[in-house]
Amino acid sequence: MKPYLRDKLPQKLSEIPDFTAYEAGYLVTKNAGWRNVRPEIDKEKCVGCLQCYLHCPDGVIYKDNGKVAVDYDFCKGCGICKKICKVGAIRMEAEK
Amino acid sequence: MSLNAKTLNEEEFFYGHKACAGCGGSLAVRIALKVLGERSIAVLPAGCMSAVGFNFPQLCFGNNAIISTFAGTASMLTGIEAGLRAQGITDFQAVGFAGDGGTADIGLQALSGAIDRNDDILYICYDNEAYMNTGIQKSSLTPFGAKTTTTPAGKNIRGNLRPKKNMFEIVAAHGIPYAATASVGYLNDFIKKVEKASKIRGTKYIHIIAPCPTGWGIPTDETVNIAKEVVDCGLWYLAEYENGEYILNHKPKEFSDVEEYLKKQSRFRHLTEEDIETIKRSRDLKWEALNKNFRNN
Repeated sequence: MKPYLRDKLPQKLSEIPDFTAYEAGYLVTKNAGWRNVRPEIDKEKCVGCLQCYLHCPDGVIYKDNGKVAVDYDFCKGCGICKKICKVGAIRMEAEK
Repeated sequence: MSLNAKTLNEEEFFYGHKACAGCGGSLAVRIALKVLGERSIAVLPAGCMSAVGFNFPQLCFGNNAIISTFAGTASMLTGIEAGLRAQGITDFQAVGFAGDGGTADIGLQALSGAIDRNDDILYICYDNEAYMNTGIQKSSLTPFGAKTTTTPAGKNIRGNLRPKKNMFEIVAAHGIPYAATASVGYLNDFIKKVEKASKIRGTKYIHIIAPCPTGWGIPTDETVNIAKEVVDCGLWYLAEYENGEYILNHKPKEFSDVEEYLKKQSRFRHLTEEDIETIKRSRDLKWEALNKNFRNN
């Protein structure tokens, strides 16, 4: 299962387990604010080799109609995808 | 057909974690879990991956995962495997992800015990060459010359004085069913090894080099390149141990420049010509032994 963002944060004491187990893949915050630069994918140039998808430490690049797309909620902007892209389809743009 | 980027499980099992940008360790964990799938039970001792994966209520593992004591990764894996087996559950893989300190220093005796009992577990050591989670202290897998907060670089002593412990061959010396080395710079090789290990009964050990941009002093986008370079310059090697035999998976035709590899990282920037010669000499000695004792494949 891919961990995903939940609408609800545990707020009351009764919502917090009194033992050490909890639901797997329970995300409540995004990592987008960590980023200074964001990868932009040029869909014209992308050949769908998936090397960026394979090498992303955060797993935020996913397959999209034979090409790739980025989940900007969790991309930290490390730039590994840009370095690994052989056809130069990824460029890093400054976040404003 | 072997697994690759196109055939790998599209599900993500390690997502939304709080690791630094460009973290090599999280890449190793992510890829290993994609190979092993949802029916794997991950054990994480104190270390980066447990610190970044479990910040309640931000829980970043999509499969079952649990934090163990620092020294007890392998013994907890033993317990999980035995407990599930006792319940008649068989379609699972108990997998541990421990750092270099949690493997070669603190968790070594538990790992050795598990290999001795030949428990059916997979132990993956993501080696970022120091205790990165607590702020870069030397471990026994820190290489010679590396600057850490406990082996600072000064005028007389220039970083770590001791070479890296040979964890792969220590594990192999137990007569383990399967052991391998890998690097996040050669992910297809790592995928192949995790897949192979998951099909072998008994204890399996994979040691993967996972650069840490924060601790190594490299830009965040250099993680994969530097992990490739450490193999290409001969300071790390990709090998397997199986059926009592050592196998070398990758033999660079010609080593790339060691100095170039070292000088890219701020932890090695203080090294003198003499230190670099020492590193080159120990590399050549290591490769002499590798060529003698390891079969090529």
